[in-house]
Amino acid sequence: MSASNPLLADTDHAHGEHHHHEPTFAQRWLFSTNHKDIGTLYLIFAVIGGLTGGLLSIIMRAQLLHPHGTIVSNGQEWNTIVTAHGLLMIFFSVMPALIGGFGNWFIPLMIGAPDMAFPRLNNISFWLLVPAFILIVTGLLMGESGSGWTLYPPLSNATYETGPGMDFTLFSLHLAGISSLLGAMNFITTIFNMRAPGMTLHKMPLFIWAMLVTAFLLVLSLPVLAGAITMLICDRNFGTAFFDPAAGGDPVLWQHLFWFFGHPEVYIMILPGFGIISHVISTFSRKPVFGYLGMAYAMVAIGVVGFVVWAHHMYVSGISVDTRAYFMTATMVIAVPTGIKIFSWIATMWGGSIRMEVPMLWAVGFIFLFTVGGVTGVVLANASVDQVLHNTYYVVAHFHYVLSLGAVFSIFAGWYYWIGKMSGRQYPEFWGRVHFWMTFIGVNLTFFPMHFLGAAGMPRRYPDYPDAFAGWNFVASIGSFIGGAATLVFLYVAYRTFTSGERVGDNYWGEGATTLEWTVSSPPPFHTFEELPQIR
Amino acid sequence: MNTLGRRLAAFVATLALAGPAYADGPVLAVPKPWQLGMQAPGSPVAEKLQSLNDFVSVIIIVITAFVAVLLAWVVFRYRASRNPVASTVSHNSILEAAWTAIPVLILVAIFIPSLRLVYYEDRTHDADLTVKVTGHQWYWEYTYPDAGGLHFDSYMVNDEDLKTDEQKKLRHLLVDNQLVLPVGKNVRILTTSVDVIHSFFVPSLGVQRYAIPGRTIETWVRVNKPGDYYGECNQICGMNHSVMPISVHAVSTADFQAWLAQQKAKGSTAGLIAPTHFALASEH
Repeated sequence: MSASNPLLADTDHAHGEHHHHEPTFAQRWLFSTNHKDIGTLYLIFAVIGGLTGGLLSIIMRAQLLHPHGTIVSNGQEWNTIVTAHGLLMIFFSVMPALIGGFGNWFIPLMIGAPDMAFPRLNNISFWLLVPAFILIVTGLLMGESGSGWTLYPPLSNATYETGPGMDFTLFSLHLAGISSLLGAMNFITTIFNMRAPGMTLHKMPLFIWAMLVTAFLLVLSLPVLAGAITMLICDRNFGTAFFDPAAGGDPVLWQHLFWFFGHPEVYIMILPGFGIISHVISTFSRKPVFGYLGMAYAMVAIGVVGFVVWAHHMYVSGISVDTRAYFMTATMVIAVPTGIKIFSWIATMWGGSIRMEVPMLWAVGFIFLFTVGGVTGVVLANASVDQVLHNTYYVVAHFHYVLSLGAVFSIFAGWYYWIGKMSGRQYPEFWGRVHFWMTFIGVNLTFFPMHFLGAAGMPRRYPDYPDAFAGWNFVASIGSFIGGAATLVFLYVAYRTFTSGERVGDNYWGEGATTLEWTVSSPPPFHTFEELPQIR
Repeated sequence: MNTLGRRLAAFVATLALAGPAYADGPVLAVPKPWQLGMQAPGSPVAEKLQSLNDFVSVIIIVITAFVAVLLAWVVFRYRASRNPVASTVSHNSILEAAWTAIPVLILVAIFIPSLRLVYYEDRTHDADLTVKVTGHQWYWEYTYPDAGGLHFDSYMVNDEDLKTDEQKKLRHLLVDNQLVLPVGKNVRILTTSVDVIHSFFVPSLGVQRYAIPGRTIETWVRVNKPGDYYGECNQICGMNHSVMPISVHAVSTADFQAWLAQQKAKGSTAGLIAPTHFALASEH
């Protein structure tokens, strides 16, 4: 197999046949220190988180199907669902899938390392997410965390959210944050220290570059969120007044702290997807990635600039006009490296020998939909225009195009690309296509009309709306039901894959797939790379 | 390309002006069923904002269409059955420089008018009138400090109180007491809140600012024509976030003076406020 791999000089990979011992179920899954098992746990967790958050979105769209919706009994309950949907999708679905799941599985495999640098840290990083999930669902079920995922005080302080449900939600974020922080430290250490001999930084696969930048964003931004949450918890429970104007605090301080974390967070969710898309496009075009260095440093640039644009979420918060001018300038700059990525992907396909298999469908879908979400981002970057688009459904459409249609499409691209590698069995091609097309139609029907609703002035986080908005809301709800049905198709695809999927060899995609994970068996042995591969 | 651009511009302009043109009579600025673009502009800020939005929308539609066509063509032209042997080209310095430089030029073209507009939108330096907008859970309070502190509350009209069909069409937008403003005057708007953060948002007038407790935020509006302009609270503020709409009733200066005199005479819905109330925490 190494013959088909230009990266590999001479590798013996006939290892892993001998397990040192056979771990019990509890030893293997509860006390796991194996990056592949922890990656699998993360992926299962992400599916559970995504189904929970997805169920909430179906409830919301059912409520908004017609004006006068009566599915959700009152505004507080509605606000709690809105909050939980956002936090679940971000912290308990997209991040575990892309970072914990694919990151754990494929960072060691792609850099030729036997495991992560800190296997036990890896274990605790996963298991902190489980209590975090229980806490956030508790906050949801108590109906006491109706502040939106941005948690703006005073609405999130003890005067307006009196019950402990809000505290559960805040502690949940603390745990999820620590989990991600530990994971990020582990990733950085692994990538810097455990690459196979010969794999210089400029030879690293783009997915590794993406995870490296993501890990740095996490390490730099999460402590700020942790500080802000701690201050809010103190305001709620111990009489401090960091964010309470009546005692000298400032609600806008929260917005600065939150978005200093919150804006890098959106790149944390999309950068790993960029990495996956690069590999899928390259594999199915049978061509190396176009402009590799430009692609890698575009991600670095997005990561760096992503830290100095946070107040574009606060154009109408009363920040001074010069501040608005600066943040508008910085925000528009991000469009340039993003454009470089879009055009480099298309250039990778140019002149290729393209096979439109299911992972490639998702990847091409990603490029188009991410472009749509990206260009509306340019509109919103303008503080001038944002004055009437801020907090409207236009914003909801924008961030769902880059996340629900961007990050999620990249997750599915990765799933179909690597499921044969991870499970040893291939997905059913027909049902994979059905899954793609249903999702593509469903999410576009759901989110495209939201541009119209937002331009016309419909505010977000509304359980009921003026009758003029009924038409497009109806279309959006129907679209979400189609998208929801597509999720059931995905579960069926997963079931078919694991029960009757065709068994696959080491490199089932053929000559386009050139990274190291394709040199080991499918599924890989429990221990991989006991003998380090040599990179030319 | 030129005609295509012009057609797109025309198309986007239709989208943006999907609301009816108000030639005569009072304006009714509300969203319309199946509306695609923004509500018809009712102030100089909204006019400039929407023309910038039209310009940017044309650019983004062209870019998106370009990417879509390129993707479709590449997938079709370089499909494996037609192009079994892939090229090995992975660099082209001129191309890479072009797709870095051209987006920069496009962004600069958007940035320059946008920056001017940001400063124009900020505030008016010669206000004819000041109105203070205070957010409450869940209603708005409007104060006219220039008129001896006249102030009143503005609640949404509940569904069961809507009588005529005309009213029922404006469900969730109608309020009991509208914010009354004179047409053609520069009105300084000061927003604040007494509880949580709200957002004072009237899309057709191009106005939006958060109402934040402990802060007073300034913006401005000049309404072009008499009529009724509608908006809604646009920052999550608790369980009744969706039931505190905003309605601006714009009248001629003479009618405005008459209304002020009438309100002062009434005294039941309007009252004088203590001066300290207004002086609280003026940050901006």
